[in-house]
Amino acid sequence: MNPETFSGDTVIDAVSAVFMVVGALMSLGAAIGLLRFPDLMSRMHAATKPQVLGLFLLLCAVGLQMRTWWVWPVLVVAWIFQLLTVPVSAHMVGRAGYRTKHLHPELLSADELEAVVQQAAGERGFNVDGEPRRD
Amino acid sequence: MMPIVLAVTAVILSLAAGGAIIRIARGPSLLDRVLATDVLLAILGAALCIDMAVNRHLNNLMLLVAISIIGFVGSVTVARFVADRRRHPHES
Repeated sequence: MNPETFSGDTVIDAVSAVFMVVGALMSLGAAIGLLRFPDLMSRMHAATKPQVLGLFLLLCAVGLQMRTWWVWPVLVVAWIFQLLTVPVSAHMVGRAGYRTKHLHPELLSADELEAVVQQAAGERGFNVDGEPRRD
Repeated sequence: MMPIVLAVTAVILSLAAGGAIIRIARGPSLLDRVLATDVLLAILGAALCIDMAVNRHLNNLMLLVAISIIGFVGSVTVARFVADRRRHPHES
């Protein structure tokens, strides 16, 4: 590209192209993480990449390509909606995974829930695996 | 430049969708499958976004929001009613 045709349009196109490719690479990273990580918790870590940062980059690419201002609030609403729903579903999946023991305890560096669970189980007369205590 | 970007992202997203589908098929537990389905929905949303950006329209925006609602409701429902059916816990 020579200096005469080097305009703001080209710059915006290039930036949005980079955003699109990086946003797509987030999805690829999530897929690789899903295939290679050992248990549910680490797979959940990989799965959040396209849901938040990938969607942010791609919505930015859409906004840059549309070349208008009124589209940005709509895109922000779409992204905020995703930000509101993703943590809730991740929390539910993580809690269900902890309860059904889909985790490798030796891989955790800290398990803050274990003491609470043991205390609650002791108060209600169950051991940690949910069976009635015999002592 | 846009056709090149479209081709590159199409290849990347196809590989990502293949990986997610492999995890859905293989996934040892139900929660792994739910998680991989969420990722597959995110990849679908990414494809819709790229279609909007390359062709410069906004027709898919409501579909994008609907996809995030579907992913939310689906994973919350399955996580609420999941039970442990494995013989040996901690087998991943």
